[in-house]
Amino acid sequence: MRLEPIADPSALRLIGLPLAALALTALVGMALAALAGGAPLTVLGLIVSGAAGSRFALLETLNRATPLIFTGLAVAVAFRARLWNIGAEAQLYAGALAAVALGTGALAWPAPVLLTAMAGAAALAGALVLLGPVVLKVRFGVDEVVTTLLLNFIMLLVVSMLLEGPLRDPMALGWPQSRPLPPEARLPRILPGLRLHWGFALALIAAVATWAVTSRSTLGFEMRAVGLNREAAAYAGVPVNRVLLKTALISGGLAALAGFSEVAGAKGSLTLDLSPGFGYTGIIVAMLALLNPLGVVVAAVFVAGVFVGADSMSRAAGVPSYIADILLATALLSMVAAVMLTRNRIRRG
Amino acid sequence: MPLPADAPVVLRIAGVSKRFGALLANDRVSLELRRGEIVALLGENGAGKTTLMNVLFGHYVADEGVVEAFGRPLPPGQPRAALTAGVAMVHQHFTLADDLTVLENIVLGAAPLWRAGYGRTTARARIVALGERFGLEVAPDARAGDLGLGERQRAEILKALYRDARVLILDEPTAVLTPAEAEALFRSLRLAVAEGLSIVFISHKLGEVMAVADRVVVLRQGRVAGSMVTTATDRQALARMMVGAEIAPTVASETPAGPVLIELEAAHAEDRGRTPGLRGVDLVMHGGRITGLAGVSGNGQAALAAIVAGLATPCAGRLLIDGTPVGAGWSPHAAMAAGIARIPEDRQRTGSIADMNVAENAVLEAYGGRRFSRAGWMNRRAAEAFAAELIAAYDVRGGEPRTRAGQLSGGNLQKLILGRALAPAPRVILALQPTRGLDVGAVAYVHARLLEARARGAAVLLISEDLDEIQALADVIHVISAGRLSPALPRGTAVAALGGWMAGHGFGADADAA
Amino acid sequence: MEILEILLSASFWAAAVRIASPLIFATMGELICERAGVLNLGIEGIMVAGAFAGWLAVYLGLPLWGGVGVALLVGMAFGLLHGGLTGPLGLSQHVVGLGITLLATSATYYAYRLALPRVTTPPRIEPFQPAPIPVLSDIPLLGPALFTQTPLTYLAFATVAVTAFVLGRTPLGLAIRAVGEHPQAVEAQGLSVHGLRLGAVVIGSGLMAVGGAFLTLSAFNSFFFEMVNGRGWIAVALVVFGAWRPGKALLGALLFAGFDAFQIRLQPLAPGVPYQVFLMLPFAFSILALVVMSRQARVPAALMLPFNRGDR
Repeated sequence: MRLEPIADPSALRLIGLPLAALALTALVGMALAALAGGAPLTVLGLIVSGAAGSRFALLETLNRATPLIFTGLAVAVAFRARLWNIGAEAQLYAGALAAVALGTGALAWPAPVLLTAMAGAAALAGALVLLGPVVLKVRFGVDEVVTTLLLNFIMLLVVSMLLEGPLRDPMALGWPQSRPLPPEARLPRILPGLRLHWGFALALIAAVATWAVTSRSTLGFEMRAVGLNREAAAYAGVPVNRVLLKTALISGGLAALAGFSEVAGAKGSLTLDLSPGFGYTGIIVAMLALLNPLGVVVAAVFVAGVFVGADSMSRAAGVPSYIADILLATALLSMVAAVMLTRNRIRRG
Repeated sequence: MPLPADAPVVLRIAGVSKRFGALLANDRVSLELRRGEIVALLGENGAGKTTLMNVLFGHYVADEGVVEAFGRPLPPGQPRAALTAGVAMVHQHFTLADDLTVLENIVLGAAPLWRAGYGRTTARARIVALGERFGLEVAPDARAGDLGLGERQRAEILKALYRDARVLILDEPTAVLTPAEAEALFRSLRLAVAEGLSIVFISHKLGEVMAVADRVVVLRQGRVAGSMVTTATDRQALARMMVGAEIAPTVASETPAGPVLIELEAAHAEDRGRTPGLRGVDLVMHGGRITGLAGVSGNGQAALAAIVAGLATPCAGRLLIDGTPVGAGWSPHAAMAAGIARIPEDRQRTGSIADMNVAENAVLEAYGGRRFSRAGWMNRRAAEAFAAELIAAYDVRGGEPRTRAGQLSGGNLQKLILGRALAPAPRVILALQPTRGLDVGAVAYVHARLLEARARGAAVLLISEDLDEIQALADVIHVISAGRLSPALPRGTAVAALGGWMAGHGFGADADAA
Repeated sequence: MEILEILLSASFWAAAVRIASPLIFATMGELICERAGVLNLGIEGIMVAGAFAGWLAVYLGLPLWGGVGVALLVGMAFGLLHGGLTGPLGLSQHVVGLGITLLATSATYYAYRLALPRVTTPPRIEPFQPAPIPVLSDIPLLGPALFTQTPLTYLAFATVAVTAFVLGRTPLGLAIRAVGEHPQAVEAQGLSVHGLRLGAVVIGSGLMAVGGAFLTLSAFNSFFFEMVNGRGWIAVALVVFGAWRPGKALLGALLFAGFDAFQIRLQPLAPGVPYQVFLMLPFAFSILALVVMSRQARVPAALMLPFNRGDR
């Protein structure tokens, strides 16, 4: 068999195939529910209502989507330049570390200044964490997939070490946890009474800014050229290595903002379980969004909804909440396959 | 060579059609091949020759029609079945894995997979014997990546003979050979035919078709335009049939030479694996002159072009522009700023980005300039307006500014690249294989534009494997061989003389030792 | 002095070989995939699935070797998915690989929760026991290190020998190497590119899963979450370190494991240093190895390039 590009795919293909991917995901979910002894449709319904069925559920989903928007943007930016940043998890923790170090440093700065400084420090830390593997890549040709992956493990150990050392909260009774951030180092709620902190707004701003840069700026143009055809880009005079390094700074910085937003917005302190794999999930978000920064927002809300919905369903129906990860893996694989088939048809030869 | 009229038909293609999207690449093509016969499949680029052979060999499945070998139909889409039936193909782009030895490349797929070994000793003996029998000697234990182009060609044919092929399909086999190597290849083919093999020889070169084939089948726009015995026709008739019209030869009128614009002085470049770099190249290019660089590709053209294009600097020696040597800041940008336009060898891989649209490709070299961006933000409207200008001025068909560049045909893509390069009215034009793979109309168009640039005083460096093209256009000819440059040869230098330089004769002791 | 003592102790070398065993399986699995031109980032998840499947099978009553077989089959099933999506469908090997890691890991955890609802400590099984090889195990130092291991460790070493033999000496191995170098050449010689790649990915993934099963059936006696803990990614690094050659990759795995065994023994000797620093060393070592080796390693020419019939 052979894939043949389709010049102008029909609307049926463009809409039908992604829908089929979603349907497959739902089917897998129903089969898994049945395996666990649940009623398939009820379980599916519980996931949906748990994600968006109430004001509370919806806000929970948006809160959960906040770090995913950042990591999704980080991955999307990197992947557009075909820079395989699988280390958003490490960059997230680097950002959280920087934010907590600054925020608990007893600086007598007014809240806006302190928060801005924390965000800046976080972004810088994350950018530097990704800069390392990318320098190794452009300088020595070291594949960034493995180095960024391995850095995730190293960074978690660094966090663990600091939480048991200099950053440890003496009041936490042996639990590895940082001192809590003081109120002026916390992101306030967007509206009083609304359980949604400014991290979400920041994520939306980041998405729009990232969109503007990737689709309207010369840097975005260069990133796309480098990603789509490195050889042609270099020939035309695009400074490939410099573009990759800039991409690394942006991508690492975005991922780190997820860490900042989580400690300053959601959690108030740094623990070892700050991120249940937001960095890895960012890859799913970015791919589902087809690497479009605005699409990342939608995809992040969808992914967060699956997680939140599955948690709530699990409490009600007893089906293990790991179903969420399986659904997302299925959605990811079937969606990339669907996108491939919207652009190509399979022929016998 | 007289061929008994009753020689049995070994291969029959009947009514084969193959469609790719909107393009009908083969339209009810039929063809017969008899035992002991060499049939040339002649046609210009894009006429459907390779598609037809890919259908025959099983790379593609035909939409309609049948292929029969030795009286039995070949199952569609199975190269293995074709090989088993005794039909083998030598591809235009070599199919040798560089990191494997010649022997390994040859026995690949020939021995059953589920064996403990592949019988190196017997295989080696057979390869050596076949090589001697057909004049195709290659060292069986050499790494394929270390072979020269002529040796690679021989290894490719050995692959077919090793599998007892009775029908051999050769797709543009001389494209990468020196005239002498091509002659040797023809001798081997005649030996093979004398032993009863049959050969389909794909080509767009009239001279070699006349020299080697018993019969010629001409393809034009996917259809058979005619079929005749070689002795009963001539080049003019074939050319007419191939193109469908009379072609006027390109004529370059005399113009005065301008000042020296660009020079290489004893330039050296390092080898890159199999492809040689440069070993002391001196080259002077005047405005208003087309300097032709002839030679089989892989002899240092890439290294020389990389230096002029701003991708590399000589590791010894100098590049001078207007008499001033370029320094450490030499880059594609610096080259363009110095007025050098670049037309790369591989328009799909280096010249364009298939997944970007026409407008984006049009500004790929100039997006940073004031016309297309301000303070780091792109001006898409300006890019699209520019693309529309190029489309109109350079006759780019089948695309709007927002069409994906990958959808353009090779000729139209080349016109777009040509337009992009020539739009800033460059003083120097570096053209690498600018007409490779183009049909006659597009070739004439590219030639006309290059001559136009010469007429307004630009220096053109035309690097081409096509001696006809070099002879038609170049005011001065250099031959490049193993990283060395021949002295400047005048327009009208005979092919035989050029061929001698291409084979490495005349360069002195250093080159001969290498 | 103490360092010398560690290096001369038989238990250190025995531990190194034990730690190396799962890595050897996984590295050979990845190496086979990559020689065929397919980067398999599903490795981490496939190891998790293999560890669990093998353990569960034994827990449910199968013999130990039955557990190894089940792990192999589960790994092959994920390999089939990977190979199908990256081969004929031509999807990005990066994305599919990471997707499979997520799928295999989460499916494993889900299955674990279904199979063992509400357990706090996972039940244990009786794992493989060391089977000293007569005579050879009496050699000082080398004997306890190499010849007093469990049968699964011997199998790991045998896997290297078989992989090296098949890749280097047989027509099948030649075809696999060729498909990772120049798939068009393989197609032109009448072999199926997709078939060969799929086969290599399926076999390779099976080996990865057996590497995972080593953890539950030989190294430990139970299944824990996070027990694979990046070993898959390290195997990917070891393939580069080994320059895509089985023998060198084995050496790399042993070196890495020796390093790991060494840092565990070093910890009590440096009480002032946080233990995390020691745990970091193997990962840092892997990155360093990549930097050193990447300059000279010759990558299979068609690695990560999808193949489509007729494109040339």
